[in-house]
Amino acid sequence: MRFALPPLSALSPTGLLFAATGAIGLWLPLVQFKPNRIVAGQGVDLIAALPGPAGWAVALGMAAILALGLAAGRGLGLRLGLAVLGLGLSLFALGLAARGLMPEGNRMARVSPAAGFWLQFLAFALMATDALARLRPGIRTRAAILAGAVAAGTGVLASGWLDRTSVMIEYAARAEMFSRSLWQHLLLAFGSLGLAFIVGLPLGIAIFMARPLRKPVLTLLNMLQTIPSLALFGIMIPIFGWVAAHVPGAADLGVAGIGPFPALMALFLYALLPVVSNTWVGLSSVSPAVRDAALGIGMTPAQVLRQVELPLALPVVLAAVRIVLVQNIGLAVIAGLIGGGGFGSFVFQGLNQTAMDLILLGALPTIFLALVAGIGLDLVIETLSRQKHRSTP
Amino acid sequence: MIAKLFLTLAAALLAALLFTPESFTEVFRPLTHNNAPPIYLQTSLLRLTLSHLALVGIAVTASTLVAVAGGVLVTRPAGREFLPLARTITSVGQTFPPVAVLALAVPAMGFGAGPTLVALFLYGLLPVFENTLTALSTLPPSVLEAARGMGLTRRQRLWQVELPLALPVILAGVRLTAVISLATATIGSTVAAKTLGEVIIAGLLSANPAFVVQGGLITGLLAILIYEAFQRLESWSAHRAGLIRPQ
Repeated sequence: MRFALPPLSALSPTGLLFAATGAIGLWLPLVQFKPNRIVAGQGVDLIAALPGPAGWAVALGMAAILALGLAAGRGLGLRLGLAVLGLGLSLFALGLAARGLMPEGNRMARVSPAAGFWLQFLAFALMATDALARLRPGIRTRAAILAGAVAAGTGVLASGWLDRTSVMIEYAARAEMFSRSLWQHLLLAFGSLGLAFIVGLPLGIAIFMARPLRKPVLTLLNMLQTIPSLALFGIMIPIFGWVAAHVPGAADLGVAGIGPFPALMALFLYALLPVVSNTWVGLSSVSPAVRDAALGIGMTPAQVLRQVELPLALPVVLAAVRIVLVQNIGLAVIAGLIGGGGFGSFVFQGLNQTAMDLILLGALPTIFLALVAGIGLDLVIETLSRQKHRSTP
Repeated sequence: MIAKLFLTLAAALLAALLFTPESFTEVFRPLTHNNAPPIYLQTSLLRLTLSHLALVGIAVTASTLVAVAGGVLVTRPAGREFLPLARTITSVGQTFPPVAVLALAVPAMGFGAGPTLVALFLYGLLPVFENTLTALSTLPPSVLEAARGMGLTRRQRLWQVELPLALPVILAGVRLTAVISLATATIGSTVAAKTLGEVIIAGLLSANPAFVVQGGLITGLLAILIYEAFQRLESWSAHRAGLIRPQ
């Protein structure tokens, strides 16, 4: 293929993918205009959506970026810069379209991002990802980029440029409930993680020291994972409702069959397996020579565990934190279905009312949280395992 | 031995639940109150299970075909340019919550089986792709060298050497995808897909734990059996390819 068509080698194959995605994005409607939030809207394309020549200017700018990305062998830094510029342009266009199309004083109409916007955004996001993956930045640079991206995202939202878009209007109508949902969501995800560590870490140590316990404990925890989340969340309600009503003192401790408690318990149960099995795997991977040496210099078994084995097992245990946190941030959405709060309440309310913007208001921050948690913890784990390699030659 | 007995029991229990659900009336009655029906009868459990499995089967087959093809493509010289991007997408994409993916498919697809199918398909791509990539890029170089030395063409090497050797690891990815999809499909019922989630949601709405347990139990049993079936398939393919794997 390559030898048959020499001119093609001057083109970057990934650049072709981004250009094709972006071109379709430019061709499809940028936004949807809806007379009210429930009805199906009408697509408006980029040229028509922006006032005057702005549409042409933005379209040409985006096309130029995509075309520049087509050439193979451009500097990666330049590509990254272009992609970021493209992301900025697509957000600029979305905000401008919403400002221009929203009739003054109309509280019912909605301008939502449509396929065109999402594809443009995707094309530039992929372009940025590709450039970053090839640049292979070090841990610090990646941490700085993550922080920068989070800051930029928050900055764009805080600037008010997108305030006229549908999702932000839904947000404005529920700002208070949104921050409450955010805290509930974080409480569910981090609270279940904390509980899983309080119970799982000792359990992992126990099955490491007492071999016969290992199989039954891991089998039981594995079986818990096969219960579909919807059912596990559902079954917690009657169980803890009963406990709260019949066990004296339980209700005072916060045990309840309604609200966030059953959801917290379901997430806790899902989180146990990664914590217990990774603790055990981490401890088992400590070399016997290291253990013997620690015992040889006169440490007690408890000291060996605390000062040698657990620190060495730390990266593997932290990998469990990553698994649990990413998984539970996602699963906590289900809590919305059983009245447990969190971003899931927006998602399921939106599904019930077929209000797509409300679904986005719940789903987008959930994805954002999961992404930041996943990437951030990857960086922490990488840092720690490097330190470990450095200290044990 | 114990595992085998346990699996046989699981299969028998599943069959009994699906074919003669009425015989479990007394088992589930203690879970209900105010004379609520103990067994879900609006749609037969068997039919829901079949449509649940069909949904998962279609999605998993589609994502396996696309993901393996993609994995092969990016490990060939022609597709190597896509490798860094593909790796990043798989690791980042797997942090996307399945529920959010499902919810986002609704605006694009409307209600029903469509968005569930799309969400399961998209989400299922990643584990299979990741495993295909790992398997194909960590094959022993000596084996590949020998295949080249024997005069096999690229295509022959792929079909007769690389893919058979990679199969156990690819199947492990498919297993992961199948088990995740099986559980995620229940959530599809919140957007009106016909799955076992319907039973669970009916239980949630009418505060009837018997329904919740039924739906959960059947899905859980299916997950255990499918997991086990794939593990058998994996060790069979490993034996066939002449790989020695510790059991």
